[in-house]
Amino acid sequence: MTDVYTLEGIEHRYGDRTVVDVPRLSIEPGEILGVVGPSGAGKSTLLRLLNFLEHPTKGRLMYRGEEIGPDAPLALRRDVTTVFQRPMLLRRSVAANVRFGQKMRGESDESRVQRCIERLGLAELADEPARTLSVGEAQRAALARALVVRPSVLLLDEPTGNLDPYNTGLLEEIVGEENAERGTTVVLVTHDVFQARRLADRTALMISGRIVELAETEEFYENPKAPTTAAFLRGELVL
Amino acid sequence: MDTLARALVDAFGLLLALDPELVEVVARTLQVTIGALFVALVVGIPIGAAIGLTRDLPGRAILIPVIYTGMGLPPVVVGLFTYLLLSNQGPLGGLGWLFTPTGMVVAQTIIALPLVVGLTMTAVQSIDPDLPVQMRALGATRMQIAMTTLLESRAGVTAAVVAAYGAIISEVGAVMLVGGNIEGETRVLTTAIVLETRKGNFALALALGIILLGIAFLTNFAFHRLQVRQGGP
Repeated sequence: MTDVYTLEGIEHRYGDRTVVDVPRLSIEPGEILGVVGPSGAGKSTLLRLLNFLEHPTKGRLMYRGEEIGPDAPLALRRDVTTVFQRPMLLRRSVAANVRFGQKMRGESDESRVQRCIERLGLAELADEPARTLSVGEAQRAALARALVVRPSVLLLDEPTGNLDPYNTGLLEEIVGEENAERGTTVVLVTHDVFQARRLADRTALMISGRIVELAETEEFYENPKAPTTAAFLRGELVL
Repeated sequence: MDTLARALVDAFGLLLALDPELVEVVARTLQVTIGALFVALVVGIPIGAAIGLTRDLPGRAILIPVIYTGMGLPPVVVGLFTYLLLSNQGPLGGLGWLFTPTGMVVAQTIIALPLVVGLTMTAVQSIDPDLPVQMRALGATRMQIAMTTLLESRAGVTAAVVAAYGAIISEVGAVMLVGGNIEGETRVLTTAIVLETRKGNFALALALGIILLGIAFLTNFAFHRLQVRQGGP
């Protein structure tokens, strides 16, 4: 089966600084890829490239075998979405926020909107203004808003970075279900090595823009090949 | 105090009697104000939104101070400029707009446009810069992002409308020069106040002033209700 993403010789720079330097990376359909690493490792920038929000300075980024230029076609862009660390909700009701992606696509499937709202435990808050939600509720609304458009690829950028254990558990459960039931490909960027271990099929360690190690999750945690991976998993400072 | 009291009585008298001359002046005032406000909003909001959203716009460092300067343009200078533009010898003299309400709308639009552009730009810029990124990640097109950002900054955009409206309805210098304060044709409340004051009809001038303030208050009250309904201040 064609990989969802193929990255070849990808480099991304901000001025003189190279923030992503990935000679080769393939992301398979239906997998959950965990990307761990310290702050400033280029994990979020990698996700922005995968969501076609930025175009790499160098190299080839392919989505389902099609090379993506500086302006990704709208249909492909709408196949992928991101939930960021901050929920970034609009100043309207929770339900209107969840509906947003459908509205942008000119679609209207209210039963799906309601199902997503209920699934994330937001039914009683659906008509409340989004600004009144707690951080955990807001992030659940952000996940509902992403799932309602049925993306083929769900990119998660530290989605539970600000959440309590209950909300973290709920989000992980739903991401896991979405992956199992719909075969949604998930790329999860996280500081939380335990979260990647709980969710990911494969895990990568990213440091200074480079992928130091990428392996099956079990192997990555039990038998890290690179000394840096072992040090990172022990909680040591790696740069 | 006596003059003020008489003015109040006169104002109510004029209003209750629906004095045709007064009705005509009020109608002309509203016609010019709404016309100029409409053009300034239709042109200014998209320009302000575009500048606010395009943070890497070339020439931005010059453009923004130019807009800010425009926000404080002396109306009488705008009047003079429009007068020269529309006069027989001017480049737009052939249009025959000098001493007409259309000419007054042109002058008022020039005064209001930088206010609308500048305040819309500021309102749009005050939106979290990550929000458009999130919208794009959810599949929004550039136009959809611009429209949603404008909706998000609606309280600020309403402030732009209020400021432009206030500048237009209270303006006197430019409309006096361009309109000529011709009775039955280009006389508006502000120019009528100047005329009546010069004639020594202080009571009537004050009455007209009270009516002008009343119209301004009622409109701003409506704008404020709109802001509150939208979750603004």
